[in-house]
Amino acid sequence: MSPESLTLLAPAIPLVGTLAILAARRHPNLREGVTLLTAVSLFVTVLALYPVIAGGGRPQVVLLEVLPGLALSFEVEPLGMLFALVASGLWIVTSVYAIGYMRANKEGHQTRFFAFFALSLASAVGIAFSGNLLTLFVFYEALTLATYPLVTHHGTSKAKRGGRTYLGILLTTSIGFLLVAIVWTWHLTGTTEFREGGILQGAASPGVLMALLALYAFGTGKAALMPFHRWLPAAMVAPTPVSALLHAVAVVKAGVFTILKVVVYVFGLETLQTPGLTTWLLYVAAFTILAASVVALTRDNLKARLAYSTVSQLSYIVLAGLLANHAGIVAGGSHIAMHAFGKITLFFCAGAIYVAAKKTEISDLDGLGRRMPLTFLAFFVGSLSVAGLPPTGGTWSKWYLLVGALEGGHPVLLGVLALSTLLNVAYLMPIVARGFFLPPGDGWQGGLKEAPLLCLLPLCFTALGCVVLFFFPQPILNLVGLLP
Amino acid sequence: MSEHLPILLVVVPLAAAALAAVIRSGRAAWGLMLLSAWVVLGSSVSLLAQVLREGRIRYVLGGWPPPWGIEYNIDLLSAFVLVLLGGIAAIITPFALRSVEREIHSAQVHFHYSALLLCFAGLLGMTSTGDVFNLFVFLEISSISAYTLIAMGSDRRALHAAFRYLIMGSVGATFIVIGIGMLYMMTGSLNMADLAELIPAERNRTLSVALAFLTVGVGLKLALFPLHLWLPDAYTFAPSAVTAFLASTATKVAVYVLARFLFTVFGVAFTFEVMALDRILIPLCLFGILAGSLRAIHQRNVKRLLAYSSVAQVAYVVLGISLVSVTGLTAGILHLFNHALMKGSLFLAMGCVMYKVGSVRIEAMRGLGRTMPWTMAAFVIGGLSLVGVPLTVGFISKWYLVLGAVEQGRWLVTAVVLLGSLLAVIYIWRVVEVAYFEEASGNGPGGEAPLSLLIPTWALVLANLYFGIDATLTSGIAGGAARLLMGLGGP
Repeated sequence: MSPESLTLLAPAIPLVGTLAILAARRHPNLREGVTLLTAVSLFVTVLALYPVIAGGGRPQVVLLEVLPGLALSFEVEPLGMLFALVASGLWIVTSVYAIGYMRANKEGHQTRFFAFFALSLASAVGIAFSGNLLTLFVFYEALTLATYPLVTHHGTSKAKRGGRTYLGILLTTSIGFLLVAIVWTWHLTGTTEFREGGILQGAASPGVLMALLALYAFGTGKAALMPFHRWLPAAMVAPTPVSALLHAVAVVKAGVFTILKVVVYVFGLETLQTPGLTTWLLYVAAFTILAASVVALTRDNLKARLAYSTVSQLSYIVLAGLLANHAGIVAGGSHIAMHAFGKITLFFCAGAIYVAAKKTEISDLDGLGRRMPLTFLAFFVGSLSVAGLPPTGGTWSKWYLLVGALEGGHPVLLGVLALSTLLNVAYLMPIVARGFFLPPGDGWQGGLKEAPLLCLLPLCFTALGCVVLFFFPQPILNLVGLLP
Repeated sequence: MSEHLPILLVVVPLAAAALAAVIRSGRAAWGLMLLSAWVVLGSSVSLLAQVLREGRIRYVLGGWPPPWGIEYNIDLLSAFVLVLLGGIAAIITPFALRSVEREIHSAQVHFHYSALLLCFAGLLGMTSTGDVFNLFVFLEISSISAYTLIAMGSDRRALHAAFRYLIMGSVGATFIVIGIGMLYMMTGSLNMADLAELIPAERNRTLSVALAFLTVGVGLKLALFPLHLWLPDAYTFAPSAVTAFLASTATKVAVYVLARFLFTVFGVAFTFEVMALDRILIPLCLFGILAGSLRAIHQRNVKRLLAYSSVAQVAYVVLGISLVSVTGLTAGILHLFNHALMKGSLFLAMGCVMYKVGSVRIEAMRGLGRTMPWTMAAFVIGGLSLVGVPLTVGFISKWYLVLGAVEQGRWLVTAVVLLGSLLAVIYIWRVVEVAYFEEASGNGPGGEAPLSLLIPTWALVLANLYFGIDATLTSGIAGGAARLLMGLGGP
C-alpha cells in the first residue's frame, strides 16, 4: 500500500472500530475483540509508515477543502510519526488492561466506554498526522469532546463537576486563544500549513510574535501550562485506563505535540531565537515544573499526585520546545515517548492497586508492596523513568534537555531541572518505600494478591519498556533527530 | 415561464394562503403549504443558479418601467436568502404535520397553515422586491400573520406574547413607514436602485432622520439589543413548528432588509462615513451578545433559553455587517444562513421533546439522553454548532467573524465574539447534563419521537454538518454578495 493510503487509513481504522464496537454491543467478548483488533491494526498501519518517514518521506493527503485555501489535510513527519506510534502502541496495552479493569470492577456502560475510547484514538491520530493548523484544531476539539463522556463515565455529581472543569478549561483556552492565534496566523501569512522553517518568519514584528506565541502556548490547554492546568487533576474522576492512556499519553501529549509543531513548523526555530521572545514563557514553564511538583508532594490521593506529576512533566516538553534549538527539540520529542511509558506504568499500577485492594490514598498503601510485589516493582521502575534516572528511558530525554538548556544559555534552568528531579524522587519514591518497608496496616496474613492477569501483564510490559528504552533508544532518537 | 420566477415565488404561497383559509381541511391546507414550500425551494434554487451564471435579475411588474412601476430585483444576496427561506419551509412543513395536530386545536389547523403561508409569502416578497414601499407592504403581511401564528400557541400566555409582539412590531413598522416617507419626500422615488443614485453622500438632516427611523424600525423587527424584548416570549409560547420557522426565517429576513437599506439604498459612504452608524451598531451588538447569552444561562424553559440565544446570535450577524469590510459582511451573511440551520435544528429538537413529553422545561429533559437518543443527539450537534465547534457551520461563521475583527485590529470585538461562544457552552451544557446524567422522572409515555418529526430535524442537523465541512459553496456566495454590497462589483 502506498504511504498516502496508509496515512489516510490510520485515522480511519479507529473510526470504523468505533462503529464496530457499537454494533457488537450485545456481545461483550466480541466487542472487546473488536477493540483489540482495531488497536493492533492501527499500530501495524502506523508502524508500516515508520520506514517511509525515517527515510525522509513526507506523505501528504488532502482530504477536502473547507474554505477556499483552507483544507483538511494530512502530512506525516517525524514528530507526528512518533506521537502516533506511541499513542497507538500503548493503546494495545491499555486495551488489554482496560478489559481486565472494567470487568474486575464491574463498571457500567462498557460499550460507550470502548466506543469513545476508539473515537479518542482516531482524534489523536488525526492530530498527529495533521498537515495544517486547521486540521490540527479540528481534531484537537474532537479529542476534547470524545474524551468528555469518558471523564464523566460514572455519572456521579463528582464526575459531572470534573467534566465541567475539563470541558470548561479546554474549550475556553482552545476557542478563546488557540483559534484566535490560528486566525491571526492566517491573516498574517495567508496559510495555515506546517512548513519546514516556519511560516511566520518575517511576517510580523517581535511584539506581535510574542503575543501570538503566548496565544499558542496558553491556547493549547492540553499542554497544561499553569494557570490552565486544573482540568488535568479534574479528569482523574475517570476510570483508570482513561487516566492512563488519555490523560498521561494521548490527550496531554496532543497538547505538547501541538506546541512542538507550532515551534518547529509555524514559527521556525530561527524566528524563535530572536532575543527575548521566549524568555518569559520559559520561566512560566519552569515555574509550572516546580510548582506542580510541590503540589504533587501534598496530594495523598495517588491519581491526583500522578496528575500533578504529569502537569510538571508536560512543562518539560514545553520548555524543551521553547529553547528553540536542536537538542531542545530532540529532548521534547523523545520525552513524549519516554514520559508516556513511565507515566502509563504508574497509572496502570494505581489502577491495579485499586482493583486488587480498593485503595486510592497513598497513606493506606503501607506494606501493600509485599502483597503486590510485581505492581510495586513496576511502580519503582516507572518512577525512575519519570524522574529521569538510569536505567530507564527517561534518562535520555532529560540528558538532551540539559544539553539544550546549556546551549540556549539558560544556566538557571539547569538548577530548575536538578531541583525538579529531586522533587520527583521525593513525591514518587516514598510510595514505593511505604509499600515495601512499612508494616501492613490491616490484618495481612501473608500470601500474594496481585490484580487480575489482564491488569498485571500490561503494567509489567510497560515497565519493561522503560528499561528497554534506556538500552535501545535509537529508533526514537533517530526519528526526532530528523527534526531541525 | 422562467422569466416570471421572481414573482411566481411570491404569488404561489399567497394564492395558496387564500385557498387554505377556505378549504376547511387541515390536511389539505398542509398539503398546500408543502407544495408551495417545495415550489419555492425549486424556483429559488434555479434563480440562484441563474444569478450565479448571469448576474442580477430585474423583473418589472406589469410592464411599468421603474422607477414608476414596482421592480423585483434578485441579486446574489436575495437569491441566497430566498434559497434559505425555501429550504427551511420545505424542511419544517413535513415536521409541522404531526406537531401542529398535537399542539393546535383541530378547528384552527387550516387557518394556521393559511397564516403560515401568508407569513412565508411576506418574507419572500421582502426579500425579492426592489421597491421600498412594496417591501413595507410585505413586511406588514409577514408581521401580522406572525402575530396570529404566535397567538395560536396552546399556552394562554401565547396571547400575551402575541399582543406584546403586535405592539412592538407595529411601532417598528410605523418607524419604517416614516423612514420610507422621508426618503420619498427627499427624492421622490421608491425604487431602491433609483434611491441609491439619488441619495447624496453628504450630511443631510432629512436623510439622517430617515436612516435613524429605518434603523430603529428594522432593529425592532430583527430583535437587535435593546429592542429585543418581544422575542423571548414570542418564541417561547408559539407552537413548536412556528417557533422553528420564525426563528430561522423572520429575523434573518429583517437582517437582510437592514443590510439592503444600509448598503444598497443609503450606501456605504453615507451610512458609515457620514453617519458613522457602525459606532452605534457595534457596541449594541457586543452588549447584545453578552446580554443575550447571559440571560440564556439562567432560563428554566429551553425554548426561552434558545430565544435569548437568538438575541445573541442575531447580534453576531449584525456585528459582521457593521464591520463594513468584505470579510465582515461575508461573516454576517454566512452566519445569517448558518444560524438559521442551527436554531432550526435546535427548535425542531425541542418540538420533538414537546411532542413526546409535553413540556420543554429543563426538568422535563431528565433522562432524555436515554429515552430519546436521536432527538438529544440532534440537540447536542445543534448546540455544538452554536458553540462553533469545527466541522459544524458555527465554526465557519466564527472563523470569518474573528478574521474580520482581527483584520481591523479590533481585539475587544474578537474577545466578545469568543466569549459569546463560551457562554453558549454553558447554556447548552446545562441541558446536556440534565438529559444525560439525571435519571428519568418516570412518568410520561417515553420513547423516541416519530420519524416524521425526526427526519426533518436530522435533515437540518446534517445540513449543519455538511455546510460546516464543505463551506466553499456558502462562503463563495456570501463572499460574492459581500463584495456586491460593498460596491466592489461581481454578480
